[in-house]
Amino acid sequence: MGFLRSGRSRALFFQIVALAGVFAALAFIVHNTMLNLERSNIASGFAFLGREAGFEIGESPFIAYSAADNYGRALLVGMFNTIRIALIGVVLATILGTLVGLARLSTNWLLAQIASAYLEVIRNVPLLVQLFLWYVLITDNLPGPRDALNPLPGVFLSNRGFAVPGVDSHPAHLWMLFALVAGLVLAGFVARWARARQARTGQPFPSFWAGCGIALGLPLAVFLAAGAPVKLDAPQLSGFNFQGGVVLTPEYATLLIGLVIYTAAFIGEIVRAGILAVHRGQFEAANALGLSRQLALRLVVMPQALRVIIPPLTSQYLNLTKNSSLAVAIGYPDLVSIANTSINQNGQAIEGIAIIMAAYLTVSLSISAFMNWYNKRIALVER
Amino acid sequence: MKRILSLTIGFALFGAGAVHAQGTLEAVQKKGFVQCGVTTGLAGFSQPDSQGVWKGLDVDMCRAIAAAVFGDASKARFTPTTAVQRFPALQSGEVDVLTRNTTWTVQRDTTLGFNFAGVNFYDGQGFMVPKKLNVKSAKQLNGATVCVQPGTTTELNLSDYFRANRMTMKPVVIEKLEEVTAAYFAGRCDVFTTDVSGLVSIRGSRASNPADHVILPEVISKEPLGPVVRHGDDRWFDIVKWTLNAMIEAEEMGLTQKNIDQQSSSKDPAVQRFLGATGDLGKGLGLDNKWAYNIVKHVGNYGESFERNLKPLGFDRGINELWTKGGIMYAPPIR
Repeated sequence: MGFLRSGRSRALFFQIVALAGVFAALAFIVHNTMLNLERSNIASGFAFLGREAGFEIGESPFIAYSAADNYGRALLVGMFNTIRIALIGVVLATILGTLVGLARLSTNWLLAQIASAYLEVIRNVPLLVQLFLWYVLITDNLPGPRDALNPLPGVFLSNRGFAVPGVDSHPAHLWMLFALVAGLVLAGFVARWARARQARTGQPFPSFWAGCGIALGLPLAVFLAAGAPVKLDAPQLSGFNFQGGVVLTPEYATLLIGLVIYTAAFIGEIVRAGILAVHRGQFEAANALGLSRQLALRLVVMPQALRVIIPPLTSQYLNLTKNSSLAVAIGYPDLVSIANTSINQNGQAIEGIAIIMAAYLTVSLSISAFMNWYNKRIALVER
Repeated sequence: MKRILSLTIGFALFGAGAVHAQGTLEAVQKKGFVQCGVTTGLAGFSQPDSQGVWKGLDVDMCRAIAAAVFGDASKARFTPTTAVQRFPALQSGEVDVLTRNTTWTVQRDTTLGFNFAGVNFYDGQGFMVPKKLNVKSAKQLNGATVCVQPGTTTELNLSDYFRANRMTMKPVVIEKLEEVTAAYFAGRCDVFTTDVSGLVSIRGSRASNPADHVILPEVISKEPLGPVVRHGDDRWFDIVKWTLNAMIEAEEMGLTQKNIDQQSSSKDPAVQRFLGATGDLGKGLGLDNKWAYNIVKHVGNYGESFERNLKPLGFDRGINELWTKGGIMYAPPIR
């Protein structure tokens, strides 16, 4: 055993043995599980995805679904519902979190105290309790559909949800979408041109507002050119509920509000930490150069603070995505809720959980990958 | 060296946790109690009272199994489970038997790997609506919002019924019974649906004013509710099955908790066999010959259990009466 004399090859040998041991253990577990399933006659395999689901889903805003569709489609609806909450939640939580973090750092005493109180309370109460609280507040305080609040014509607020008129689709909408994309690209070019001009001549240009104007103006122009086709699909009370229009259910609202408020508290602290991590000298130097507090924050401090903020922010985004699985407690049909129902109806717990894990892993890894790319991009290269 | 050693030990532990299953009866006898899966709280079927003591028809079923195996009805422990948790709990071995008003269906009997040991309550699915909606029949429910629990035959029957009658509905699917009934009573949905027994129980125990809610006349499915065990364990299956049968047979034979002791001097050969004075029926089950006597002595017969748990909530026997009295409760003979 001459090769065991060398320290390096010894280390290598033991690492190989350890790895082999782990694989052997995994193989044993898998084999054992399959044997047990076989013995108890529990079905296995993914064939159940093609079978009829038989249950309805409360909301399916992106794809049509009925009880006659198969389990695969039901899980897809759940996936879309989860992604919907995750994306909108992440955006709103970031905005609210940044505001809260900045408020905590504000020189205005009252603002700082309010932000502090918010952070302390929200961070220390379990999320599930907060979700139940919001759900009860929303469903108990809103009237039934027959006595719905009607602040504007066509807009109804009741404990069945917030119903607003939807817009019937029209061919002009596709052109408006193209115009929006073209507008955004054009805004990007304008920003680049404005930056180059500023570098050359020192003249500032309101490229942000110009960009907004272009991005919104082009679709508006298309809309007007097409004769301003607006056919609203207004919600109407018929029988028990509102038919037509777009309805935001209390479950969706509860989950979104609860998750955003909870995650924003954590993001607020991360943003505050990032800003405090930038040396005070940077602020003073920016002031000495004549930059106002807002400009100093935006141009000098935040880019440096982002280095500290982005990695924990990624964790909070992943937390929000995974916390959305609490939807099952308040009745929002997200992926975990629908997968749970499927597991119960067809008994295949292992396949169901594997699907849930794979889906969350995919979403989380995508968020991580994007954030890591962004992190690398904004990292300061130190000489 | 240490690494290899720890790996080998790890391996061995996995091996020890492995499959070679002893039967449930042996495991239960070794533990000293029967672990039963019950609901999180359904009045009349399984609910802890104000002292924390579990009471109900399904709880009595579990205590009867404990009485049959140990001669002591208190050797039963209860695991509250939601509709979604109940099947993995039984499949994984966390509970020994599910006495949790579970509907007997072919899919649960086969692909879920279970055996149903009989029916202890024949039921059907119904709808409950607030009286102020002025709905007289389930056929008027087009477009309604319905509160339902996930992972149940209720959910499937609901969409089948609405599809068959060409009506649409919006489900609000909440897992925990407390939360879903709270949502219904808060007005989040128009209708609450579950087995009629559940509707009566919930209306009686959770509504602030039971008279404000009406149970619609349509019963849209058959829901035979009974105790459930795992596949592959014939002995335990027989024990649970015959415990239920003994309770029903005892009512048919007129044996009650009060008169069972006097009956031990009865000359009727059927009674003698039931009490274990003659024959070796208990041995065949792997139990003491007094298994049936213990059940009736410590828990009572089926009728007594029904009377004790469900009559106070306003249930009448209906089809759950004995076959000799117009119902369909019929147990195979104890011989």
